[in-house]
Amino acid sequence: MNFLATIGRVFVAALADIGDVVRFAGRTLSHLVLPPFYFGLMWRQMLHIGYFSLPVVGLTAIFTGAALAQQIFVGSERFNAEGTVAGIVVIAIVRELGPVLGGLMVAGRVSSAMAAELGTMRVTEQIDALTTLSTDPYKYLVVPRLVAAVLTLPILVIVANIIGVFGGFLIGTQKLGFNVANYLQITVDFLEASDITSSLVKAAMFGFIIAIMGSYHGYNSSGGAQGVGRATTNAVVSAFILILLSNLIITVNVFGT
Amino acid sequence: MSQHAKICLEGLQKGFGSKIVLDGIDLEVMAGESLVVIGGSGSGKSVMIKCILGLLKPEAGRILVDGEDIVNSTPGKRKRMLRRFGMLFQGSALFDSLKVWENVAFGLIQGQHLGRLEAKKIALEKLARVGLPADVGELSPAELSGGMQKRVGLARAIAAEPEIIFFDEPTTGLDPIMADVINDLIVECVRDLGATTITITHDMSSVRKIADKAAMLYNGKIIWHGPRDEIDHSGNEYVDQFIHGRAEGPIRMDVLKP
Repeated sequence: MNFLATIGRVFVAALADIGDVVRFAGRTLSHLVLPPFYFGLMWRQMLHIGYFSLPVVGLTAIFTGAALAQQIFVGSERFNAEGTVAGIVVIAIVRELGPVLGGLMVAGRVSSAMAAELGTMRVTEQIDALTTLSTDPYKYLVVPRLVAAVLTLPILVIVANIIGVFGGFLIGTQKLGFNVANYLQITVDFLEASDITSSLVKAAMFGFIIAIMGSYHGYNSSGGAQGVGRATTNAVVSAFILILLSNLIITVNVFGT
Repeated sequence: MSQHAKICLEGLQKGFGSKIVLDGIDLEVMAGESLVVIGGSGSGKSVMIKCILGLLKPEAGRILVDGEDIVNSTPGKRKRMLRRFGMLFQGSALFDSLKVWENVAFGLIQGQHLGRLEAKKIALEKLARVGLPADVGELSPAELSGGMQKRVGLARAIAAEPEIIFFDEPTTGLDPIMADVINDLIVECVRDLGATTITITHDMSSVRKIADKAAMLYNGKIIWHGPRDEIDHSGNEYVDQFIHGRAEGPIRMDVLKP
């Protein structure tokens, strides 16, 4: 009986958490459309999220693209289908690996930073101070992060896609012996507009998830330094899970063909 | 209720889970008066101030400012009301990401929509008012000592020249000399502005310096309220124990003894 009660409590607590996150996201979205707008803060967040994430996203993409080309070559060689390497690399990178790995890298770097910053502001009463100074913390702290993440992630993912495909191209042409012109031609032929749309839609969605989870956990943290640490961990873990889950849902239901 | 009451709390109740923190607070602060609320740690002093500021929503009771109930006011009305308030937080709560002068000018820029140049001029004046030179304005809060941070917090609280100012433990964590400096600054700044103030503290030297009237909060209720000079002869054994800092008395601390 106690076991069932425990399961029930966990289930109810999980539902309450989901409700809180949805309410937080809804409240943030409601503040998106009404002034004041803090464009300076949005720009600063875009630099922080986008520009400063470029090295980690770029390195991840180039190594992944290169390794992918090598592995596809090894697998396709068994069926004498080496000619598909360039096509499979570009589809895999643009549809899945670019947005997912880019999203995960940015989640690890940015969600944690957002949660730590807002969490520290919460426990040191800086968020309360904002309110007493006639400033809505949602508009000042959360909305700029959300807008910046949703606008910046697609740009980052485009860069990741290009670098990832380039990684495959390098291995394909320099190590596996593909002809440069052929490799590029196959890459262009295989890529469709819907692949790019899929990539950008996923990236915007992942940006939304990263900003909401980082902000939500930081904004609602409590319990001093330990609470901020917990908020940071929860922000990253929940962002990772939601990115992977939403990727599956978008892939299967919207861009599954 | 007196017609001259600036702030009036009526039957204010607030709890967290099963713990009742404020259990029907009734309190009046007259215009231009400095009220100091004393009470032990965890007695609900900060919760009371946060309810007045709208940071926490009370479960019952009314909070009247100039006769207007602010508990269920609209967001717009509350924002207008907040422009009349200033607050010095216990830990100063300065924004790490901004320079000192930007902290002081924050309410002027965001709340009153002043230009940055004009707001900076006022911020530097307020910093000078609390004894800090202009070059401190260019530093970040992390570069300041605790006493300087408190003074910057005070400058921020008075920057918009509010009608009502709240001080949350203004001298906590400071050495006795700096605590006295802060107390003096509070008295001078409040006198210059003619503001109504509520200070919460357990520092008796602050009470004797800042207060026109004092009140004691215990077990979620105001158990004594009167002029500062009467606090030593209140005839209330709880107040006596608190102001003399005695371990023995009606207030029992939950301390496990070996």
